[in-house]
Amino acid sequence: MTIQFKPEETFRDDFSYANSDAAVLRFPFPFPEDTYMYSVNIEPHVPGGPSPAYDNPFDVDEHYVAECAERARVLEQDPSRCKILPHMMAAQWDTLELIMESFATSYPELFSLTREGTRWTWENRPLGIRDSFTFGDASTLPLPPFEYITRQAQGDFTLQDQREDNLFIDGGMVTTQADWSLDFDVGMTFHQWHGPVPLAHQKGVFDRALKFLLRLQFGQPVRRLNWTMTINPRLDTSPENYPQWGPDRTTVTAENVGRKVHLRVELQSLFRLPRSNAILFGIRCYLCSIEDLARVEIWGKRLHRVLRDLHPDIADYKGLTRYRELAVAYLSAFDDGAALPTGTAPRQSILPAKG
Amino acid sequence: MTGSALALRVVAAVPLSPTLKAFTFEAADGGLVPPSGPGAHVRLFLRRGAWSRKNAYSLVSNPEDRSHLSVIVRRVAQSKGGSAFLHEEVSEGDVIEAGLPANLFPVVRTARRHLMVSGGIGLTPFLAYIAAFEAEGTPWELHHFCRADERGAFAALLARYPASRVHIHCDADLAGLAQALACQPLGTHFYTCGPALLMEAAKDLALATGWPPVRLHAESFGAAAEGGEAFVAVLQRSGIEVMVGPETSLLDAIEAAGVEAPCLCRGGACGQCVTSVQDGIPEHRDHFLDAEERASNRLIMTCVSRAQTPRLVLDL
Repeated sequence: MTIQFKPEETFRDDFSYANSDAAVLRFPFPFPEDTYMYSVNIEPHVPGGPSPAYDNPFDVDEHYVAECAERARVLEQDPSRCKILPHMMAAQWDTLELIMESFATSYPELFSLTREGTRWTWENRPLGIRDSFTFGDASTLPLPPFEYITRQAQGDFTLQDQREDNLFIDGGMVTTQADWSLDFDVGMTFHQWHGPVPLAHQKGVFDRALKFLLRLQFGQPVRRLNWTMTINPRLDTSPENYPQWGPDRTTVTAENVGRKVHLRVELQSLFRLPRSNAILFGIRCYLCSIEDLARVEIWGKRLHRVLRDLHPDIADYKGLTRYRELAVAYLSAFDDGAALPTGTAPRQSILPAKG
Repeated sequence: MTGSALALRVVAAVPLSPTLKAFTFEAADGGLVPPSGPGAHVRLFLRRGAWSRKNAYSLVSNPEDRSHLSVIVRRVAQSKGGSAFLHEEVSEGDVIEAGLPANLFPVVRTARRHLMVSGGIGLTPFLAYIAAFEAEGTPWELHHFCRADERGAFAALLARYPASRVHIHCDADLAGLAQALACQPLGTHFYTCGPALLMEAAKDLALATGWPPVRLHAESFGAAAEGGEAFVAVLQRSGIEVMVGPETSLLDAIEAAGVEAPCLCRGGACGQCVTSVQDGIPEHRDHFLDAEERASNRLIMTCVSRAQTPRLVLDL
């Protein structure tokens, strides 16, 4: 497998980010049915499923190099996006070990890990990195282990410590987030950091999810999808930078809606870490314009129905209210109302040319 | 990486006392063993013909070292067969199937100091704890209770650590422990592992001394299902009925009938074996279900719980 990286693409300013046809077809579309409501939609994170994005513990795609560069840019402007409490050092090494082992196994042509006892050599060919270090001795790495490895991975990561029958968000690398702040949430319990989510608390979603996660087992990771929408392919939609991206919501018109409005899907994965007993939470962000999504027949129709019938509280929480009607109107042109099969597979292998 | 079964080769099986034997395993394929943390256990799949057991043992090896895994097995007098099998029939070179390490007794990472109270074979998780504490430089103190004739065997396992941290008691006198509980600095966490009576007594003493319950931690996977009235389990989906004898656990009886049932800790703690009850009333003995779930009588943890009714119909 060869991945054609696009190192020059951008997620800000001129927004040159775009998906190849292959990237559109592997998009982890999140709606198996015509309606959406919160649920404990957790499943084993095992290879297989309707998109190759699920084939590996950590997915690497054509945006890898550009996303790592974007992360470095965000950290340069705001180092508080990577924050780890001091008792999480074992979890830092757990994370480094898990990501290095997974990358080297999943993508041997891109990454390699050689080990002699605690003497490790890591090579990341797409980013031109080669470092030898002593596992367990942070002074032998150029950066703390968690920051070192998550700068080389797509998506955000948080570390949850487990104690007192609860999970505490005690660290993270968060530069591609959908409007939440690690700096604000760090140290919170599971129910505290989920506090702002509407409807789901009353449905008992978080009580059941916490109970499930407290007994998550090493070697049996799980995943779920979450979603929102973002104007322009902007990864860093953080509360800290709201003044930069909030006004984008007012720029959507009937003419540009297809190109400007992006479905933002988070492939969230949860791994029990063996040494620390903490949980690593991966939040891998995929962006696709609704214009591109509508080139997949079943997705265009389904997205139209989900957005049209979405509970207003959820639309408000996700920040869609201002432009939802424009998106629904745009997508309605693709929807003939025909019954759709359950599931998210694209059911086509080529895309029609862009309108 | 989601495959859960390991093949382990026995590279050493060393008697420590007439009832204690230490086993060291390496990966049968010559690679690294999976990483684990202090307090983790591994389930060994023991088989002889039609007989089989999955027994959990605390890992005593240093969690930082992935060259091998080690456990210490006590030969239990009324053994259900697992410990006797390991003591008598497993030797160097044998390959044993095992599950991935799991941890139901983890160290509290925010603790500033660790106070451990163990009884007999309950020392085992603390051997891994102590290796980790020593590596990090976190202060710790151990009170170990054992029979006088086993003092030497346990003392040898602790010989490399400073005598000021290790207190071995060969009687039921808790005065030394009471004194230790009374003078721990703020930020200390308390852990206990061993016979239920010892764990209860040590926890009660800590509570009476004014320790907040949130600072007290007890290992629970070792609490075996004790017997009770015999009953019949109807496995609805499998279409069979299983007799659960007075000395057998429901899970053991289900497995003996050849039905695959989910399980992990086999001690009512992890929640993995939760099973729907279609009819009959369970006798709950687990630590997992909440009061509401228990009262509903719709769920049972098959590893430890039994039946109040002569028949229990299960979704298995």
